[in-house]
Amino acid sequence: MPDTNVLDVKNLSVSYSTPRGDLKALRNVSMAIGQKKIVGIVGESGCGKSTLISAIIRLMANNATVHSGEILFHNSNLLDFKEREMRALRGIDISMVFQDPMQTHNPVLTIGQQMIDIQYRDKLSKSKKRQRAAEMLSLVGIPDAQARLNQYPYEFSGGMRQRIAIAMALMAKPDLLIADEPTTALDATLEVQIIKRLEELQEEIGCSILFISHHLGVIAELCDEVVVMYAGEVVEQGSVRDVFHSPAHPYTAALLKCDPGHIKEKTRNLPTIPGEIPDLVDVPAGCIFQDRCSRKVPQCQVKRPLFEAVNEQHSVACHLNNKNADDSDHKEARG
Amino acid sequence: MSTLLEVEDVFVRFGVRNKSLFGSRLSIDAVSGVSLSIEAGKTYGIVGESGSGKTTLAQAVAGLHHASEGSIRYGDQELRGLPEAEFRPLRSEIVMMFQDPIGSLSPRLNIRALITEPFRIQGMKGKDLDAEANRLLKMVGLPAEFANRYPYQISGGQARRVGVARALALEPKLLIADEPTAGLDVSIQGEMLNLLARLQDELGLAIMIITHNLNVVRHITDKVGIMYLGKLVEEGPTEEVFANPQHPYTLALLAANPEPDPDAKLMRVELNGEPPSILRRPTGCEFHNRCPFVHSSCSTDIPKWTKAESGSFHRCHTPKIWENSGN
Repeated sequence: MPDTNVLDVKNLSVSYSTPRGDLKALRNVSMAIGQKKIVGIVGESGCGKSTLISAIIRLMANNATVHSGEILFHNSNLLDFKEREMRALRGIDISMVFQDPMQTHNPVLTIGQQMIDIQYRDKLSKSKKRQRAAEMLSLVGIPDAQARLNQYPYEFSGGMRQRIAIAMALMAKPDLLIADEPTTALDATLEVQIIKRLEELQEEIGCSILFISHHLGVIAELCDEVVVMYAGEVVEQGSVRDVFHSPAHPYTAALLKCDPGHIKEKTRNLPTIPGEIPDLVDVPAGCIFQDRCSRKVPQCQVKRPLFEAVNEQHSVACHLNNKNADDSDHKEARG
Repeated sequence: MSTLLEVEDVFVRFGVRNKSLFGSRLSIDAVSGVSLSIEAGKTYGIVGESGSGKTTLAQAVAGLHHASEGSIRYGDQELRGLPEAEFRPLRSEIVMMFQDPIGSLSPRLNIRALITEPFRIQGMKGKDLDAEANRLLKMVGLPAEFANRYPYQISGGQARRVGVARALALEPKLLIADEPTAGLDVSIQGEMLNLLARLQDELGLAIMIITHNLNVVRHITDKVGIMYLGKLVEEGPTEEVFANPQHPYTLALLAANPEPDPDAKLMRVELNGEPPSILRRPTGCEFHNRCPFVHSSCSTDIPKWTKAESGSFHRCHTPKIWENSGN
């Protein structure tokens, strides 16, 4: 099983040095993406989603330090790669789609020029590259692709620009596509269009996708698996069906309850999760979610829960999962 | 209920230069004949895709763009064409809350200075600004010591609260909130919307909210207007529009809203093609080239703004056609 994963993040810890001290942005984060799988990450702002992505593509802020862990991409540790090797990987084996389609493209170059430029590593003639660009554009559903190549970004709508960004990211048929909230700037009809297109392309190209979104509805619809992060830790991971239908972590359960999409009756008093994310400069002992948890037990204050299986495809870091907590103290940590 | 704001047939026009150097000047109507009214103390939601003119409309109401035609009446005062000097005092009554929470706060001012800036701009010298800062922080649920912090020291959700405090400092009657929850996770989004609802009840505030999150619109607005290419295509009481959409675009929007349930049975309405450019507006009904229920006269006849039995207004020749067409 383990070698079939495209990406395997193991016990990754990253911190940022700040004037107040080290901010422990990721602590022992483990997650995996299987071949041809779409994995979603959810969690509130500040939970470490962006740090995780920037660690995977090795584009981290200057004040970030990786303290431990591995990021295995096809079984080789990206953290050991030289910058030159990383550069050969980015955009070819791992590529990215960013949040804001309006600012992704260079406004003073035609779309065609930009799509030819990003093929700079291929030894093809310019007309061949242009041909490929046109093919990619039609693949993401942009009609009249040849003529459209001569247009500038402002001549395209937001939804089209995001699809062009996807076309560019998929140009080299990467093994892993990282999409960071690619639909937040779009209306519901375009959001659905992008999701459908991503599903089709994933099928066609056979890549895996790591998809970050606040929108639980989008995650439910698109992803095979979901990783729930809270304050720099993975608290739950499993198939979307397991996690959405029987969330095992109180944070996941609370997050799902907060989604106004779940609330059928009109209300002016929406559910929230009271409290704030703990200070990650001074990480409290015990469970990271204890201060905001409605089902806290005494153990939560002293002991960090292990990440353990609920069933084969579903794991959680919560003492409540552990029916006979006392016996399990000496069980092995997560492998 | 009394009408606070009455927008009537408003156009906002921008000039654009043709591609060639000596090309004729073209103009585009970013907002093209919008009429709506907002009652005191109520919430009006505007929904539509990016580029549909939502923000331009809001900025025209807030006096940040000039409306080229039509009328924007606030109480018994006409706002269109009002010189800046006469508009300024009104900015304490009509306030705008911008989209980007951190970006809209000056990084060089601390929170106290930021939330009391409106008093200084409006020249209210007699106020005890420290006391005002404390009152405002308390109102939006932030601790008093936040007054000394700078924008980079607070989270995105907290920055939005500061934005609310700043907008409500002068006790306005109309708050225009442009995407107040974009990019927030659901829990903080809930906090933000509850805060707005509470303050609305306490202060009797009318709110115009711009968003593309339909779940937000459904819970917090009284009335909703659906915008497409700078025009309203449907408007009505929120519950009516959600339960009983008249226009195919509204139907498609509602059907596209992804459900947070992996097993949800989805009924999607596929739109044809791409959103057209407002430089080349389609003839007839401007939605006809994307409409799944298009028929021959749609491309030639312009549909009128019509009142439906449900009380909503729409701009469609054949409202609710999907109910008789067998699919």
